[in-house]
Amino acid sequence: MQKPPRPLPEATPETKEFWDGMKRHELRIQRCEDCSQHYFYPRPFCPICHSRNVEWRTASGKGKLHTYVIAHRGHPAFDAPYVIAMVELDEGAKMMTNIVGVTDPTPDRLPVDAPVEIVYEDVNDQVTLPKFKLV
Amino acid sequence: MPDSTALRHKVAIVGAAETDTVGNLPTHSTLMLHAESAYNALADAGLQMSDIDGVATAGISPAQLTEYLGIMPRWVDGTSVGGGSFLIHVGHAVAAIAAGYANTVLITHGESGRSRIGAGGGAPARQSTGGQFEAPYGVAGPPTMFSIPIARHMKVFGTTEEQLAAVSVATRAWAVKNPRAMMRDPITVEDVLNSRMIAWPLHLLNCCLVTDGGGALILVSEERARDFPQKPVWVLGRGESTMHQGIAQMIDFTEWTAAAKVTGPDAFRMAGVGHKDIDHAMFYDAFSHTPMYSLEALGFVKPGESGPYFAEMHTAPGGDFPVNTNGGGLSYTHTGMYGMFAIQESVAQLRGVAADRQVPGVETGIVHAPGGMFSATATLILGNR
Ligand SMILES: [Zn+2]
Repeated sequence: MQKPPRPLPEATPETKEFWDGMKRHELRIQRCEDCSQHYFYPRPFCPICHSRNVEWRTASGKGKLHTYVIAHRGHPAFDAPYVIAMVELDEGAKMMTNIVGVTDPTPDRLPVDAPVEIVYEDVNDQVTLPKFKLV
Repeated sequence: MPDSTALRHKVAIVGAAETDTVGNLPTHSTLMLHAESAYNALADAGLQMSDIDGVATAGISPAQLTEYLGIMPRWVDGTSVGGGSFLIHVGHAVAAIAAGYANTVLITHGESGRSRIGAGGGAPARQSTGGQFEAPYGVAGPPTMFSIPIARHMKVFGTTEEQLAAVSVATRAWAVKNPRAMMRDPITVEDVLNSRMIAWPLHLLNCCLVTDGGGALILVSEERARDFPQKPVWVLGRGESTMHQGIAQMIDFTEWTAAAKVTGPDAFRMAGVGHKDIDHAMFYDAFSHTPMYSLEALGFVKPGESGPYFAEMHTAPGGDFPVNTNGGGLSYTHTGMYGMFAIQESVAQLRGVAADRQVPGVETGIVHAPGGMFSATATLILGNR
């Protein structure tokens, strides 16, 4: 049976810098200049203190595995089992991603708080996705 | 300054009913489920459709509902934030009735969750926040989204898969007593752990059912509430909030923050009751962990204590804190927006008509529900005195 297409993102004006950064293999996220916190997803103000004084930064791409599920019955475009995770970047913001490079993922191979690092997955000419691997 | 405590005990639920049956109803469209629920609630209250002058619903627009029912209310509420929407409607209806915006409010739910007849839904738009920041990673409905916080709870508090399983076991024990429940065979912790893995740490028996059905409520003011065939069930307190759309934006994956900070405190304060006064609880159980997060966030146990608490079977038949006595979304029915059924069971317990599963001496009950993936939050405290 043929797989359905993968769900892919399409940028909006306030997220374009993030997705353009992905194509350059740069993790571009925003930092609030007033409360000094990084946040994700992109928007032109800080969702923590509501300041509009925010700037784009290039994040390190390093972080920790914050929480996750191992999808055994998931999206038909994906090969189960696969890991849907929240990663907490070293800068503090959290983002959803997949943990890649773990064959036969099980909880003992995926300790919560394990260090992770970004891997850029070039899906096509338009879209690169941020994935993470254990380091 | 106006204070919500002034609305305590000012409005009552005088009509409450579900569809004739729940479960597998390929005979019913989504709209038919709304209408059958509405007619059944009207019959329960001894009212006619023409008596209704206020309407609230979720999942479909109130415009769609009123067109289908052929009524023209003077107050409408279309708050549609997922399964807990109907609890929010109850809170709104209290204010609307107290303000004189409407006298007789009908709240309906109908969902063809299993048969999908006239059902909505579908993938998020590619430019939505979910389409950009969740869908590309293969989230595939609630089992792979609602479940994402659990691993963090396990890490921080030592919560185990066995404790998650205990929630399903306790809830099934109630369903055994409910002839309308879809799943009625008793189960053990081992049965849960041996059931198919859906999205670790959730096995099949940690996940709610997918069914067809509906329910409806009718609310009126205190002045009229004693003139109906059924014992009035009073709205004592309410709380509502929203905190995110997608699960990735959850503030703290170990706690249900909006319940702890907003809806629980608001509901308890308005009701003027304490935790010890609560005789019965309906904690929306989309998955085994949802009632665990409820128990902690509402302050019935401390953070991290819900796992051992459920494992000790306090909430099961014969326990000292009965929870989800209809069998819950896990074993009774779960159409998609289950909150209506949680209210229905609370009303049944407070009326004292819950048959084999009736908890003796129930005077005050709590109903608590999420909408979406802990996205919206709603709490009701109901009483029969
Ligand atoms: Zn800020």
